[in-house]
Amino acid sequence: MNTLVHPHAGTGVHPEAAVARPFMNPYLAGFLLGLVLLATFAITGRGLGATAGFAALATGLASSLGVEHLQASGVHMKYWNDGAPLLNWTLFLLVGALAGAALSGWQAHRIRWSIERGPNTTDGRRLLLAFVGGFIAAYGAKIAKGCTSGQALTGSAVLNVSGLVFMGAVFLAAFAVAQLVRKEWL
Amino acid sequence: MLPLASSVDFSLGAELAIALVLGLGFGFALERAGFGSARKLTAVFYLYDMAVVKVMFSAVVTALVGLAVLSGAGVLDMSALYFEPTNWVAQIGGGLLFGAGFVVGGYCPGTSMAAIATGRKDGILFALGMLTGVWAYAELTPGLDEWYKATAAGELTLPGLTGIGMGWWAAGFVAFLAFGAWGMGRLEHRFAHLRPRA
Repeated sequence: MNTLVHPHAGTGVHPEAAVARPFMNPYLAGFLLGLVLLATFAITGRGLGATAGFAALATGLASSLGVEHLQASGVHMKYWNDGAPLLNWTLFLLVGALAGAALSGWQAHRIRWSIERGPNTTDGRRLLLAFVGGFIAAYGAKIAKGCTSGQALTGSAVLNVSGLVFMGAVFLAAFAVAQLVRKEWL
Repeated sequence: MLPLASSVDFSLGAELAIALVLGLGFGFALERAGFGSARKLTAVFYLYDMAVVKVMFSAVVTALVGLAVLSGAGVLDMSALYFEPTNWVAQIGGGLLFGAGFVVGGYCPGTSMAAIATGRKDGILFALGMLTGVWAYAELTPGLDEWYKATAAGELTLPGLTGIGMGWWAAGFVAFLAFGAWGMGRLEHRFAHLRPRA
């Protein structure tokens, strides 16, 4: 039933490759994700996150410019971790997520080089918009102190107003901007 | 007594190992749901495939009910959990920016891991954009963190604001999910013409 695993711009799709399996029932996948979130709370007392992992990596990369450079920014210092910015909890979570997703994709024959886009745009334009969108999302997540994982999922699960308000704002803006970028996806 | 971290003093190595294992489950669930695909993720904003809402809502309800049961049974101390303080301007302004970035970029930070793991080149570009974005925030506007702290309204939760207990909220969310599932099925039927053909 799934029509999304063969994107129009797919490259390197081998005809002999095994057929990709359909995605899991969304409610079941949500239940699974909820169990992971519950386990995270029960063990660490905090929920999931993702943006902090990127922030720690950025601080790690920026440290090549020298520690004096980092000291000019309180944000960098927050992730400095006494000289070991890469030993960051959320960054390790992201590395685990990369492996977990690879395992799932491999098992379901869903791994192939591709660029996801609608039929009415080009690969180059899509790649540019992916970068720009990532930049904007990062800035928004830093201002809001969390993203879909750290605020929307984690915050909502403990009935935290910050997570629920964040989620509302995300959907509001995304629905509106979706009308401006119809050609990217439809 | 849960959370474990409040009674057990984990070493750094143990903490990072826990992060890796939980991350494994996190990424596995995201990829299973189809969240390595930008078109599957953005479909929700054109209403022909509501998987994003279905997955997120059932994940929230699962964790919420689990926490309510565990704390009701006296096994988990809710007050030992971390709550991000609410800052109305930050969550609304940052959320609006994030939503725009989500639909333009096609992913969010966590799902970009699932995209990269399954070979999406646009997922790699999104993650590079993210990395550049958090770097720019740290370099150009580090003062925003101080502003957040100075203007935050504090820890606000629905039970705290309304006086209605967590168990009632959990029951309400379950009922809302059941109603929402019915409504989302109707939406998907109505907007099915937008669904891409293979």
